[in-house]
Amino acid sequence: MRVLSKKLVIIGAGLLLGACSIQPWVKPYERDRLADPIMSWDRDAISGAYMDHIYESREGSRGATGTAGGGCGCN
Amino acid sequence: MRTFPRHLSRFAAVAALSLMCVAGAAVLPDDRADLFYSTYRGGGMDITGESVLVRKKFSEQFAVEGNYFIDKVSGASIDVLSQASVIKDQRNQKSLSVDYIHDKTQYNLSYTDSTERDYISNTTHVSLSQDMFGDLTTVSLGFTLSRDKVGENNGTANKPDVAWLGHATSRSFEGGLSQIITKNLIAGMTLEVITDQGLLSNPYRSIRYSVDPSVNPLGYALGSQIYPNTHTSTAVETRAKYYLPYRAAASISYRYFSDTWGIRASTIELDYTHPIANKWIFEGRVRHYSQNSATFYSDLFPFAGSQNFVARDQNLAASTNNTFDGKVTWAFAPDGFLIFKRATASFDVSRIQFKYSDFRNIKYYNNTPGGGGYQPGSEPLYAFDAMVYQVYLSMFF
Repeated sequence: MRVLSKKLVIIGAGLLLGACSIQPWVKPYERDRLADPIMSWDRDAISGAYMDHIYESREGSRGATGTAGGGCGCN
Repeated sequence: MRTFPRHLSRFAAVAALSLMCVAGAAVLPDDRADLFYSTYRGGGMDITGESVLVRKKFSEQFAVEGNYFIDKVSGASIDVLSQASVIKDQRNQKSLSVDYIHDKTQYNLSYTDSTERDYISNTTHVSLSQDMFGDLTTVSLGFTLSRDKVGENNGTANKPDVAWLGHATSRSFEGGLSQIITKNLIAGMTLEVITDQGLLSNPYRSIRYSVDPSVNPLGYALGSQIYPNTHTSTAVETRAKYYLPYRAAASISYRYFSDTWGIRASTIELDYTHPIANKWIFEGRVRHYSQNSATFYSDLFPFAGSQNFVARDQNLAASTNNTFDGKVTWAFAPDGFLIFKRATASFDVSRIQFKYSDFRNIKYYNNTPGGGGYQPGSEPLYAFDAMVYQVYLSMFF
């Protein structure tokens, strides 16, 4: 049990240290395609909200419609 | 007569706030002005929507957005057949949103006021998003509080007599993650938990229950819905968007929903975006939705008072719907004019097919072509198609 705990601590510490030193694997100069407006999740906010509104007023479900921010101007 | 189905004002407010909430990662979007017009026709309802939105940066860190939306509704939905009079109403919604950026964190504060004759909703939203790991990852958190006042119009469309029945409060907690996977692929996930408390039923919708034909020749009678006064739902959505080998994008999203009323729902959506030069963007979208019914829903209850909670709101019935959507955007002034850097016009048309598995069309009761009679609970299942048209003008400055 103690051995397992020790391993978990080592793995956890490794992950944390790894996170500290994460280098972006997609460099800023490689993000031209992601920055293209066609890659936006929601280019026309009024239209997107209007369609969500239509669905939510006729369905039993709601929420998490993907408008909660995002990298790369991805809303 | 209240214009909209129950919760619509609240959803509209939240949707309006969503469209204004945290946008890009530590970079504010362009200044823009939008004029929007839409029509919805289906299920006996005609709804037009008009909106204007203006967004202005006052510095690289600070932006303000204002939105005004008017919905006008007229028609006679399936509910009219069971209880209400012909619907004619208008909803006015005003929103104001402020964005502030500091380093890699973006803050948003929004307020929305939505007013109908018989429904008033005030919604406040706060959120923040943080870029990290070389701006490959964005984490966002949000909170929304809605306070609603619920009424019922006992008068007519032209001569309203509104009785205020109660209040409802809704709290939403939202977390999101967006991740750049490769130089062509981005993915995201959103989790939202919403809790409601108060008067949650739609006063314009009724239950029906069986009665002896000697009491009522119809064989059924109508009664008030009784909902629990609390409701908690959880929704999680995952999505991915890929830049194709030629200049076009394809995306997929899946959402799973569950709540304390026993509803489980799934939504899957596919999109394809194809630009032509810098003048045109064509988009196609397909969406499929399905849900089961709430535990206290029934199309026909066996007798009055058969259980504590009773509902016959079609939103709580088992149903599916499919959407087929096409959209074209025309950059008619790609090089700008006057004070505008560029301008686009968009036209969007959607067809939505709604089908219900346990909500019956009572207008067919005792009205078969052969002269026979559908008995209560054996009428054809309700289904309808809706067409949605949207036209809008977007000017960036």
